[in-house]
Amino acid sequence: MSIEWETVIGLEIHAQLATRSKIFSGSSTAYGATPNVQANLVDLGYPGVLPVLNREAVRMAVCFGLAIGARIARRSIFARKNYFYPDLPKGYQISQYEQPIVEGGSVEIWLPDGARRIGITRAHLEEDAGKSLHEGLGKQSGIDLNRAGTPLLEIVSEPDMRSAREAIAYMKKIHTLVRYLEICDGNMQEGSFRCDANVSVRHKGRHEYGTRCEIKNLNSFRFVERAINYEVARQIEMLEGGGSVVQETRLFDSDRNETRPMRSKEEANDYRYFPDPDLLPLSLDEEFIEQIRSALPELPDQKAVRFAHDHGLSGYDAGVLTASRDLADYYEAVVALLGGEAKLAANWVMGDLSGFLNRDNREIGQSPVGAKQLAGLLARIVDNTISGKIAKEVFEAMWEDRSDADAIIEAKGLRQITDTSAIERVITEVMTANPAQLADYRSGKDKLFGFFVGQVMKASGGKANPAQVNELLRKMLAG
Amino acid sequence: MTAAEIGRGLRAGKFTSIEVTRHFLERIDHAGKQLNAFITVTPERAMADAKRADARIARGEGGPLTGVPLAHKDIFCTEGVLTSCGSRMLSNFVSPYDATVVERLAVAGMVMLGKTNMDEFAMGSSNETSWYGPVRNPWDGSKVPGGSSGGSAAAVAARLAPVATGTDTGGSIRQPGALTGLTGFKPTYGRVSRYGMVAFASSLDQAGVLAQSAEDAALVLGLMAGHDARDSTSVAVPVPDYAAGLGRSMKGLRIGVIREFFGEGLEEGTGRAVRTALEGFSAMGATIVELSLPNLPLSVPTYYVVAPAECSSNLSRFDGVRFGHRCKDPRDLLDMYKRSRGEGFGAEVKRRIMTGTYVLSAGYYDAYYLKAQKVRSLINEDFRRAFSEVDVLMGPTTPTPAFAIGAKVDDPITMYLNDIYTIGANLAGLPAVSVPCGLVDGLPVGLQIIGPHFAEERLLAAAHAWQLMTDWHRRLPPLFA
Repeated sequence: MSIEWETVIGLEIHAQLATRSKIFSGSSTAYGATPNVQANLVDLGYPGVLPVLNREAVRMAVCFGLAIGARIARRSIFARKNYFYPDLPKGYQISQYEQPIVEGGSVEIWLPDGARRIGITRAHLEEDAGKSLHEGLGKQSGIDLNRAGTPLLEIVSEPDMRSAREAIAYMKKIHTLVRYLEICDGNMQEGSFRCDANVSVRHKGRHEYGTRCEIKNLNSFRFVERAINYEVARQIEMLEGGGSVVQETRLFDSDRNETRPMRSKEEANDYRYFPDPDLLPLSLDEEFIEQIRSALPELPDQKAVRFAHDHGLSGYDAGVLTASRDLADYYEAVVALLGGEAKLAANWVMGDLSGFLNRDNREIGQSPVGAKQLAGLLARIVDNTISGKIAKEVFEAMWEDRSDADAIIEAKGLRQITDTSAIERVITEVMTANPAQLADYRSGKDKLFGFFVGQVMKASGGKANPAQVNELLRKMLAG
Repeated sequence: MTAAEIGRGLRAGKFTSIEVTRHFLERIDHAGKQLNAFITVTPERAMADAKRADARIARGEGGPLTGVPLAHKDIFCTEGVLTSCGSRMLSNFVSPYDATVVERLAVAGMVMLGKTNMDEFAMGSSNETSWYGPVRNPWDGSKVPGGSSGGSAAAVAARLAPVATGTDTGGSIRQPGALTGLTGFKPTYGRVSRYGMVAFASSLDQAGVLAQSAEDAALVLGLMAGHDARDSTSVAVPVPDYAAGLGRSMKGLRIGVIREFFGEGLEEGTGRAVRTALEGFSAMGATIVELSLPNLPLSVPTYYVVAPAECSSNLSRFDGVRFGHRCKDPRDLLDMYKRSRGEGFGAEVKRRIMTGTYVLSAGYYDAYYLKAQKVRSLINEDFRRAFSEVDVLMGPTTPTPAFAIGAKVDDPITMYLNDIYTIGANLAGLPAVSVPCGLVDGLPVGLQIIGPHFAEERLLAAAHAWQLMTDWHRRLPPLFA
């Protein structure tokens, strides 16, 4: 019998803080500028220049710490992490090592089999490095230092995750949280939100951890999943084949869908951390922290609980709707305009609206159908002007030409038929046109009821009120 | 003439800044090569500065030092001018910006004559580690002027400049000041911005002045000092009018004499000169107390862990990528790093980078760096206790007068011991000044006065009082009289 293995995962998430200027200089942090135009003398590490801490980055780190229920260090230390690389201008990265600003928090993730709490060991402030450019420069390499000095919050989890799926759920949770707090734009393509995954396996039931590998720089949820799954399979295969896992840093190759060694523990740098003498210890007073606490927005978990409790939504629906602050705001606006009908609003927001957004690759903020428009449409379902099915057609038209539901219903003549005699006329026509099916139905083939509903709806152009159709058909088919 | 006297003459219309500037440029021309005090002379800029200063003076504007020339140690970044830091590594580095110190003195109307020679990256006590060659002591050309601000000291001692800036990480202003007969002032850590000063050991580096008198030091310091938002370690304590505080009486001043500074290794003549100075203060009404700072003898080993550790990291930016020396035709990245740094740095700098890298390495950090930091706080505590009993501490600045060029270059430990009396003030971040207090075999020696944090005024007043009753600071090297 084969051994049962357990996967152990810890993530180090790098969230780029959404400050306007860099963490230790006044340069802009905007993405996509011409190489090196957003690097001043401080970013370039010129002789004699000195770092000055950006207070806004500190505020954002504290914001995150409070949101995960962590301890905010009243005194934290910036350290130098020393190593040579061309895109690291000073030859050291300013980071926090022994005394980080945020310590010991947690978040809850929701899985099909219930909720789990994932511990967060620490979150610390540091500066990003620049980028090395290798394309189009022949045998030479270029350096772009626009990103050098961009503030990062490195969020280090406990090794609390047991599958790639849990890791994704955790990463998504943090992604949601940083965007709620408006401390990170969460843009993974631009590298604003990325992670390193520490992965190991052990026999299930064992207490001690297996030897881990660190997979660097994963910048999409899909890559995290694929990289972890590959790595877990690789480690298990190695151990079952009698080998052992070597502690090392690995890179994920998304084209070949595999992880490859980058450097082993023996080759690892000795970073020679020591407190940066250019920066005084960071001291935070109670007033500063309390100010941030009182300005915290409603957090996703709080919002989800409120949606479930006040709106009667399922935990799952509440979770989906609160995954992004914009989506939750949109949903709430629809409910407010409708004056209730939370379930209907939730279904539409999570269903058709989300489907169209995904299809067109749009953010909720760019939806051609605003909350007010959607509420206008749903109001027509509620007052029986149109059926749910027709509403889908109306929604599609609204999406295309950005007009209101009422205008489309009028223009296309989609108003629902609720006149009993009109529906009865259609039913009579359908019965006359399908004598064989009618006979079969009357001889006991109940299943044919659906066929007649379909025919009547079709003949009415989908406009007949479905409830009335059901009721009248049952009566008239019975003869 | 002192800087203050030149300033007064300019405002009285006795001469113009252009005349004064031309005078000093001529002296540099004649004697500069012989002493090797300057790395770069900037005559065009000096004359332009002087012209502007004269116009300001004519309008009745400016301050006490407007139009007065000065020299900057080549560690300060000066826009558009070579800023070599005495190193081959930066022998091609023309700074794109001015250091705060340079900027402030320029705004005050001082005239920049040029950039002075120094030990490479300020690492040395004899000015022999410079890529640009050793500086000679104006009092005896076979002797060192001290270091690392040796070029600034030689320039002022030989009156090639009325005053010069320096930096002091372990004694680099006070020691050359003592060995060349000058007033060398190192302010409290954080008093003067470090922005634009090429970093050696960030927690110890502090800019200051090499001057002919305490009055000059007070005037220049008043212009340099003050909070700078670009340096997080600069302190937002108001800057007093140092010159106005010079007249304070010494009556009742409590002077602590550090017992540990008068032990083995102190050359006899130097010790005698310092004791005579202490009697002078006593005669002025000060009280003298002998006291002990038991941890102070540990300052040299502590310093030679902390300073190299910080320097090993500070000098990592010199990698041949963005500025400075890059080796010819590198084969690959590693080759570029190795050869650029191997060629760009001299032996002493390499020695300290290696020492610093070692003491920060995994497995050695606790035994060296962390322990050194602990000793540093013990030394701080010693000083703190001493200053609860006395107003200032006094002792010799150096163990001996200037030594011969070449005498200690092959023996780093002996060389390092030259800073045995000066390093403590850097470790504790205290202000300290060296004032001339005698000649031993025709070579100057210095009295060191150390004060508590931000007691610059007190130190300057003591130095000034001493200079009112003596003329050691007025003595000129015979060759440059």
